[in-house]
Amino acid sequence: MTLKTSGPIHRPRPQPGLFQTLALAGALAGVAGYAIWTTARRHGAGAVHPPDDAPGRTATRSRFGRHAVTGRTVTIARPRQEVYEFWRDFRNLEGVMENVTQIEAEGAMTRWTIRGPADTHLRVETETVSDRPGEQIAWQSTPGSQIETKGKIMFRDAPGRRGTEVEAIIAYVPPGGRVGQIIAKLFQAEPAIQGRRDLKRLKMLLETGEVATSANRKSA
Amino acid sequence: MRALTWQGKHDVRVETMPDPEIVNPRDAIIEVTSTAICGSDLHLYDGVIPGMLAGDILGHEFMGRVVDTGPGSTLQKGQRVVVPFTISCGSCFFCSHQQYAACDNSNPAEKQDVSEKLYGHATGGLFGYSHLTGGYPGGQAEYVRVPFSDVGPIVIPDGMEDDDVLFLSDILPTGWMAAANADIGPDDTVVVWGCGPVGLFAIQSALAMGAARVIGIDHYPNRLALARKLGAQVIDYTQTHVLEALMELSGGLGPDAVIDAVGMEAHGFAPDTVMDNFKQTVGVGADSGHALREALMAVRKGGRVSVPGVYGGFLDKFPLGALMEKGLQLRTGQTHVQKYTAELLRRIQEGELDTTFLISHRLPLEDAARGYDNFKTNQNDWTKVVLKPGLQV
Ligand SMILES: NC(=O)c1ccc[n+]([C@@H]2O[C@H](COP(=O)([O-])OP(=O)(O)OC[C@H]3O[C@@H](n4cnc5c(N)ncnc54)[C@H](O)[C@@H]3O)[C@@H](O)[C@H]2O)c1
Ligand SMILES: [Zn+2]
Ligand SMILES: [Zn+2]
Repeated sequence: MTLKTSGPIHRPRPQPGLFQTLALAGALAGVAGYAIWTTARRHGAGAVHPPDDAPGRTATRSRFGRHAVTGRTVTIARPRQEVYEFWRDFRNLEGVMENVTQIEAEGAMTRWTIRGPADTHLRVETETVSDRPGEQIAWQSTPGSQIETKGKIMFRDAPGRRGTEVEAIIAYVPPGGRVGQIIAKLFQAEPAIQGRRDLKRLKMLLETGEVATSANRKSA
Repeated sequence: MRALTWQGKHDVRVETMPDPEIVNPRDAIIEVTSTAICGSDLHLYDGVIPGMLAGDILGHEFMGRVVDTGPGSTLQKGQRVVVPFTISCGSCFFCSHQQYAACDNSNPAEKQDVSEKLYGHATGGLFGYSHLTGGYPGGQAEYVRVPFSDVGPIVIPDGMEDDDVLFLSDILPTGWMAAANADIGPDDTVVVWGCGPVGLFAIQSALAMGAARVIGIDHYPNRLALARKLGAQVIDYTQTHVLEALMELSGGLGPDAVIDAVGMEAHGFAPDTVMDNFKQTVGVGADSGHALREALMAVRKGGRVSVPGVYGGFLDKFPLGALMEKGLQLRTGQTHVQKYTAELLRRIQEGELDTTFLISHRLPLEDAARGYDNFKTNQNDWTKVVLKPGLQV
């Protein structure tokens, strides 16, 4: 699969309430035609602007086909290999993904259980489709998954001694019907928010050994 | 435990709340022995900082005894510590550049969205402040959960009184950083707007850093008297045309550096203040910036502007032209407390800094609401209030 990560990709406007955790993110993906996004952006009446260097998901155009795409980069002050290895064991992500209640990994397959409102659960099943140690991991959903998704996470050395730049990109087909309603309810806010929060928690855990909370008690 | 809670504008109450416990490995629990009311608390009290919820425990300037530690804490039970109001992990990009107030890892991820929208980047975590900065329960309480207790708290040697060291938590380093940000040289004239606790400590710091002349501005006679006792000249802005006076007092050159220790609730019956207050009242979310505007006008060409005063949102009629055309430098920020605590503790021990002269009242925690009311409405006599949970009512 070729997920293109930079160049003039047209960012699909995240649909309110559609998308939440990176797991989900991990869960969510599905970029069929990234190639088309490499066409130059058009502004106004026919003026062709040459491509710039920004990631495609930051483009002003909102949407590509049936897919919504989101993503986020964080810098983590840890060595690249260490960050990669932490992510590689998906079960580690339970600690950073807010609404993921369970992650089961079996070979290349991973099953994510995501908590929905009123005791509902979403099951997302993904298959790891590429794994370049220390560099990137890509996945896509299996036919049995409740959400059709595809994504990847990339690890690059940050400039100087700043650690590792971690970039996650997730594309997904916004589900309709009951599943769509659950997701909409679950993630009322801006859909990319949850993925962003999860990446920040990953950073906290790797940089400080814990995830910040202002709760005064464990039970709270 | 008993704790002072925010209920709404001008409504704070001491209530019984659940005791905190160790949540994360690097936490410690502190039993508070002294905690102060800060000018920043007044912004919360007045309801001009967004992101407060009824029931929030206030207080960010506190010290006490360690009563419990997580496995990752370096503190020991029984130690006396002063806790910086800024919560800092010690290892992120910002902490490793000593920009502790900008810590990337102390504001819980789920609380970062609003400040990221409002300011472009999420803020660090602060005790007893808005949910924009994490919503951490604060120090005007019998007990506090202190995250990253291996980084922030400074252990106090035996024999030093609470009152000598309490302000290491906030206003002492804030006054110090205010002066440091003004890049003071030996021939400089430095002007400080506001002779509240932060302004007074900024004056003391500017003199310690060798300023030739320091001028304090306020309108409360008692606060101006304290500034004068430190060695500053004073201006009462209700009696004097401030800009004209500053030109005259600085030999027609204008002050080399100016410090705004007033912040977003500047008083005065200047037209801009009236308009700012009107907007604040009707909830337009504009900060009142009379002191800052005046400071920008007063400072000499190529001078330095230091802003320890807190602003939360937007400021109208900001004299950006003065900043650009005069080639000014402006520095500001929540204080990077941990950067300064060790040095300031040494200066207290060696008698170079007086930390107790501004304390006007010591009250039991139960009397906290009275402390807020007076610190707000009776500023001439109530310079600085220290709450002592151990004091009997
Ligand atoms: N940067 C930080 O980390 C930090 C830390 C602590 C406090 N602060 C801020 O510093 C500011 C001062 O704190 P404080 O505890 O001294 O508060 P305070 O309210 O006790 O003092 C403010 C003083 O400013 C005076 N003042 C008001 N309008 C004025 C004007 N137009 N000209 C001159 N003086 C004027 C008031 O009379 C008062 O004495 C507040 O905004 C507070 O939030 C910032
Ligand atoms: Zn303060
Ligand atoms: Zn940090």
